Amino acid sequence: MRFMLLFSRQGKLRLQKWFTSMSDREKKKIIRDMTTMVLARQPRSCNFMQWKDLKIVYKRYASLYFCLGVESQENELLALEIIHRYVELLDKYFGNVCELDIIFNFEKAYFILDEFLMGGEVQETSKQIVNRSIEASDMLQEVRFTDMHQTLQDDRLE
Amino acid sequence: MALKIVKGSIDRMFDKNLQDLVRGIRNHKEDEAKYISTCIDEIKQELKQDNIAVKANAVCKLTYLQMLGYDVSWAAFNIVEVMSSSKFTYKRIGYLAASQCFHENTDVIMLTTNQIRKDLSSPNQYDTGVALTGLSCFVTPDLARDLANDIMTLMSHTKPYIRKKAVLIMYKVFLKYPESLRPAFPRLKEKLEDPDPGVQSAAVNVICELARRNPKNYLSLAPLFFKLMTSSTNNWVLIKIIKLFGALTPLEPRLGKKLIEPLTNLIHSTSAMSLLYECVNTVIAGQYSCSVGSVCLRISVVKYLGLLAMSKILKTHPKSVQSHKDLILQCLDDKDESIRLRALDLLYGMVSKKNLMEIVKKLMIHVDKAEGTTYRDELLTKIIDICSQSNYQYITNFEWYISILVELTRLEGTRHGHLIASQMLDVAIRVKAIRAFAVAQMATLLDNAHLLTGNMQRNGICEVLYAAAWICGEFSEHLENPVQTLEAMLRPKVATLPGHIQAVYVQNAAKLFATILKNQEGNTDSTAAQETSQLMIDRLPLFVQSANLEVQERASCILQLVKYIQKLQQKDVEVAEEVSALFAGELNPVAPKAQKKVPVPEGLDLDAWINEPPSESESEDEQPKAIFTKEEPKHSRPRHTEVDEKELARRREARKQEQANNPFYIKASPSSQKVYQETPGVEHIPVVQIDLSVPLKVPGLPMSDQYVKLEEERRQKERAEKKKKEKKKRKEKRSGRGKKHDSGPESEEDITPAHVVDIVTEEMPENALPSDDDDKDPNDPHKVCDIQGNLQDGSQVVVSVIFENKSDSFLKSMEFNVLDSLNSKLQRPEGSGPHDGLTVPFQLPPGVSNEARFVFTVQSIVMPQKLKGTLTFIVKDSSTHEKLDFKLHFTCTSYLITTPCYSDAFAKLLESGDLKSSSVRLEGVNMPFHHLLARICFHHHFSVVERIDSCASMYSRSIQGHHVCLLVKTSGQTVSIDAKCDEPTLLGNVLDEIKQTFSQC
Repeated sequence: MRFMLLFSRQGKLRLQKWFTSMSDREKKKIIRDMTTMVLARQPRSCNFMQWKDLKIVYKRYASLYFCLGVESQENELLALEIIHRYVELLDKYFGNVCELDIIFNFEKAYFILDEFLMGGEVQETSKQIVNRSIEASDMLQEVRFTDMHQTLQDDRLE
Repeated sequence: MALKIVKGSIDRMFDKNLQDLVRGIRNHKEDEAKYISTCIDEIKQELKQDNIAVKANAVCKLTYLQMLGYDVSWAAFNIVEVMSSSKFTYKRIGYLAASQCFHENTDVIMLTTNQIRKDLSSPNQYDTGVALTGLSCFVTPDLARDLANDIMTLMSHTKPYIRKKAVLIMYKVFLKYPESLRPAFPRLKEKLEDPDPGVQSAAVNVICELARRNPKNYLSLAPLFFKLMTSSTNNWVLIKIIKLFGALTPLEPRLGKKLIEPLTNLIHSTSAMSLLYECVNTVIAGQYSCSVGSVCLRISVVKYLGLLAMSKILKTHPKSVQSHKDLILQCLDDKDESIRLRALDLLYGMVSKKNLMEIVKKLMIHVDKAEGTTYRDELLTKIIDICSQSNYQYITNFEWYISILVELTRLEGTRHGHLIASQMLDVAIRVKAIRAFAVAQMATLLDNAHLLTGNMQRNGICEVLYAAAWICGEFSEHLENPVQTLEAMLRPKVATLPGHIQAVYVQNAAKLFATILKNQEGNTDSTAAQETSQLMIDRLPLFVQSANLEVQERASCILQLVKYIQKLQQKDVEVAEEVSALFAGELNPVAPKAQKKVPVPEGLDLDAWINEPPSESESEDEQPKAIFTKEEPKHSRPRHTEVDEKELARRREARKQEQANNPFYIKASPSSQKVYQETPGVEHIPVVQIDLSVPLKVPGLPMSDQYVKLEEERRQKERAEKKKKEKKKRKEKRSGRGKKHDSGPESEEDITPAHVVDIVTEEMPENALPSDDDDKDPNDPHKVCDIQGNLQDGSQVVVSVIFENKSDSFLKSMEFNVLDSLNSKLQRPEGSGPHDGLTVPFQLPPGVSNEARFVFTVQSIVMPQKLKGTLTFIVKDSSTHEKLDFKLHFTCTSYLITTPCYSDAFAKLLESGDLKSSSVRLEGVNMPFHHLLARICFHHHFSVVERIDSCASMYSRSIQGHHVCLLVKTSGQTVSIDAKCDEPTLLGNVLDEIKQTFSQC
């Protein structure tokens, strides 16, 4: 996999993940091409397209388009499964996920993606394990937060 | 100090957090840029504070802004600061920002090395995890080199969470720092058998990716993967493994055999479409001949991919795809245009004489229904492509084709008028028998021209009138009502047509006029002829005023001519003969190579200057003088160096060597598989919908549908009568030994054309040179090279064909052509294309037979081959062009050469152990043993080595040097043959052929 993009029906980018290092100029070009290409597709047309030497696999969930750029030898259907699995993970985490969840908690969406994919490969195929590791790191964060509040309050008391 | 912290935290309360920023942006839709620039200023302030929490918040907001397309590279150092925070919350944000914003050229990356190393060895597994995730996005060659060892240690971490991430990131490290692959590989291999499934699948992923780049090095892992494949139930992993095997099988063919069983099991058992697709793809790529057909059906649920896979199968197993014709036709109904286009591509490769009409009929229905001109035009070109491919090979009824073309003219808004027109011209000119019909159709078209002239744009449908007018004029003798057509061609409305069409109208009106005069002059009533002249004189002035030069010139010329004719007519002079002499003679199509065959007349030097050449010295003088230093006088002319013979030979050798090593140097003739090329980017063409509420139907035009029915009836009748037909018989021979004919069930070849389809031969200039000798220099080193290349590539087989004329007519201009297969190719003279036929160097009077030899290049001789071919010839009396389809059998026996062998050499050969053995039993052979041996020797080119009583050893050798040894024993009516050969496939086929010989007696 080369990249994953999430964008709205209006073409607003909601999430971007680049699995290979690219300059900002290249990234911008790809984002522009993808949004125009995907948004121009008729509803009910097929989910695969060819773009330069890459295969573009996209799927629309409610108002969000999930778009994945994979190498030409990759299995298109597997790419669709990957998109679907990611949506499932988001859904599980946010509970009936919607676009606003991703806008306001975009860093969480990234953390989930990072637990699922890494360096363009599937890291963990089990939903439970991904969820568990996300919960565990969130717990860690909460603990630190309460710690910090504690210290702040202590400081103030002094 | 405390105060400072308090101040920081109070400030923080008024800071915007990420949610505020997002909300703010959403609330400032009108002046977003302005709002964001104030936000960025705030962020800059926040980054200046010491409080890490404030900084982290700022960095988090920056990450969001970066996604919106704002440049945040100026904050790279602050990101590193946040990354190095000891608190997980901030570290996480820092690494996220880094993975989004950093790329290889970000200079602060080199500052992070130590920080990352520290995080990697953190006791907290999530610190390590976050560092690994971040690193996977921005790893550089330097980082990879410095951290490779640390990551390698992590691959054996106690926590599977870390092991998994470490394994995956190793792939990125290998890419950036390939030297790390060798030391890390053993450990990576270990991970394939890790107890944790996540780590295992990560390892499979990485090795699969590595193997795709260089499969050879990973062959040794095949048994391990095979075990994983049969034991794993994880589809994600299975897909990767199957992909890996797909890369490995080309290197190790034995693997393919082993894989068939598990793959077929998976294909039939899995419910996951993605896995099924992967299996099918691998099966196709490996070209295993397992039951691919049944799979296509299932896979076709995912239409686009199914069609894609089918086009791959079509190349190797055309039969199995043809049975899914209906399914593919259904895909034409699909809403998605890209699916429809794929289906069209497939149809092109699927047509045959039998199903052409049916397929085209379905396509015509789609043309009527199709929305959008682009797709309709695509359909139109495809129909014409399908029909006209390989010189109208599949068309059996040209009347049908003409009516299809006429029906296509009713398409509104097409841009392919020119294409249709050229097809009409081509067919009408080359198929003599169709002309009467074509002319009638074209006359109707001209009569209804007003229906076609709606689209005046270039290449629009009005182009068809160009063809119609020309055909009506040129073959006007076939017209039923020439006066009416003439009238139609001279209507005032014609003046609105494009100039080049008007020109053709005027010219052909004159031709028509000549024909009409000829017809009418026979009658006693001369007024009719004069009326026609008057009509011309009345209408032509319209064209004389045309703005188009060509039209004007022709019209005024013809007008004067007609006026003169009228004058003669009034004096009762017979003019028809002379007028029609103006257009006497038939125009025949010219072969593309005709020009080349005209010999250059003696004394004509094409290279000589006609005028004095501009003198070179003059131009040299004009060159600007060198400004600074006087330039060295250059050798204005290349010095003609005398290269001696030795040097030439050396260069030739070097070039041959270079060509052999250069994979891009194509030696063989170009392949004919352009059929399967994809049409790129069609889906991006914006589609304009055109409202077509009124169906266009031209009265009096025939519907092509009726031909489909007629054709069906005709074929039925023909099948009954077929046996009676007397035709030329041909024999296929090699070295004078006869061979049997193919007389299987009704095959493609048995469908004879409806009416005699005489494709008129393409005309060659009279003084054409007989040979195909091209203007090649015999000393050209490349030529020598080519011939040698052929000899190396495969073996040559000479086939003598005996042509026997069993008909009563004289046959001439015979052309022999064979459809090359991948394995066997007809050798054609240099410079001719892969589909050109070879001229048979003699003519055949009735009842005479003669032999011609043709050379074939054969790659592999282990399998028998059948090649399809056609013989085209001209029957002298009727000067029509006819063709005869045939099949050439290349049996394996025909590759054997009778070679004597002595018994001691024979024994040595058997003892060597290099030969594979096989045996066959023949029952009920009722002939003396020596007859039996003689039969084998005669039919299968063996020689007897030794014979003892009822036992004999025999030997033969193939043209590629395979040894074939037989031990023939007989007892009563049973004959057993034990055979040995170093090529088991060849041996099997030879034995089959021997068996067949004896089953026939």
